[in-house]
Amino acid sequence: MELILVFISAAIVNNFVLSYFLGICPFVGVSKKIDSAISMGMAVTFVMAITAIVTWLIHHLILVPYDLLVLEYVAFILVIASLVQLVEMFVRKVSKPLYDSLGIFLPLITTNCAILGLALFAILREYSFAKTLSFGLGAGAGFTLALVLMAGIREELELAEIPKPFEGAGITMIVAGCLALSFMGFAGLISA
Amino acid sequence: MAKKANPIGYEFNKGVWGENPVLAALLGLCPVLAVTNTAENGLAMGLATSFVLISSSFMVSILRKVIPKQVRIAGYIVIIATFVTMADRFLAAYFFEISKSLGPYIPLIVVNCLILGRQEAFASKNSIFRSLVDAIGMAVGFTWVLVILGGIREIFGSGSLFNIALFGDWFEPWMVMILPPGAFFTLGLMIAAYKLTNMKGA
Repeated sequence: MELILVFISAAIVNNFVLSYFLGICPFVGVSKKIDSAISMGMAVTFVMAITAIVTWLIHHLILVPYDLLVLEYVAFILVIASLVQLVEMFVRKVSKPLYDSLGIFLPLITTNCAILGLALFAILREYSFAKTLSFGLGAGAGFTLALVLMAGIREELELAEIPKPFEGAGITMIVAGCLALSFMGFAGLISA
Repeated sequence: MAKKANPIGYEFNKGVWGENPVLAALLGLCPVLAVTNTAENGLAMGLATSFVLISSSFMVSILRKVIPKQVRIAGYIVIIATFVTMADRFLAAYFFEISKSLGPYIPLIVVNCLILGRQEAFASKNSIFRSLVDAIGMAVGFTWVLVILGGIREIFGSGSLFNIALFGDWFEPWMVMILPPGAFFTLGLMIAAYKLTNMKGA
């Protein structure tokens, strides 16, 4: 039961993008088409789930017993960078069109704050192993949800007449604000 | 990039205004939006990021001929992570309150695309002096946006600026401004204002 709560909390109530502002770069960059938003979401979710597991293991089996917490950030970011490299090679082998459509944003998952943020939050909250995994999956689902919603709205926006200074980034921020506002409706659904 | 080296003043100014990392390039938005609920937090975040950006630009520029091309990104990230750890420890030791209110967003400077972007695009190709000027320009550009954004949100959201109350009792704070949606709205308006100014100048 608690695992489900962690999942829902990460996915909806404390959505990573809309209430923690993690992963804004791909959120703004890849949310133009629904297709690429979905595949980006999948890739990020995948990396998140693995990162959650691996960083948990590193933190509890290596860094804490050997008193190496100073190296925490360096260790985490290296793990994430290699994982992303792995995913990139995997995607290129399996689906070339997908690889092309994600383009530069695939390697950029490394610098997606959502991934490192996930690892840090999981440790800050002292989640157990199972909870960490559920947290990772939930955060990935929440990220995908926000990305797809945004892409859907932006596809419509293409046809709308937007005041000149707001074109592009400006209107995207405003729309994201509206989305965040509506997600705040979920606040209080789960405490903590 | 032009063949002839740009004058040094240009490298500085482009970070502050022309190619402002936040308003024009939309880099490093996560900390921009997350910690700017007060001007003070914005300033602290801006300074911490500036420290990391300037030191890593310096370091990368020194090592630019030593780091092999294939592993350069990993190399940059390790350099950046080292400086972030330093900044994190420093804040926790001397400014505990600020360190607590910024929380995990300090370690998240590691993945600030602005910093990695400058290493890849500039520090790895230019001399130490030019990289430093570029980094300082970008740092100033980043910090002023954070402080203004934090200031606007603090004035409307809490009725104060740098923790000094501005209005009397009659002021009803706009809660939404210090909550996540306020960050998006304010930044959206700032980007629009920035574009409008540039359009008028053109």
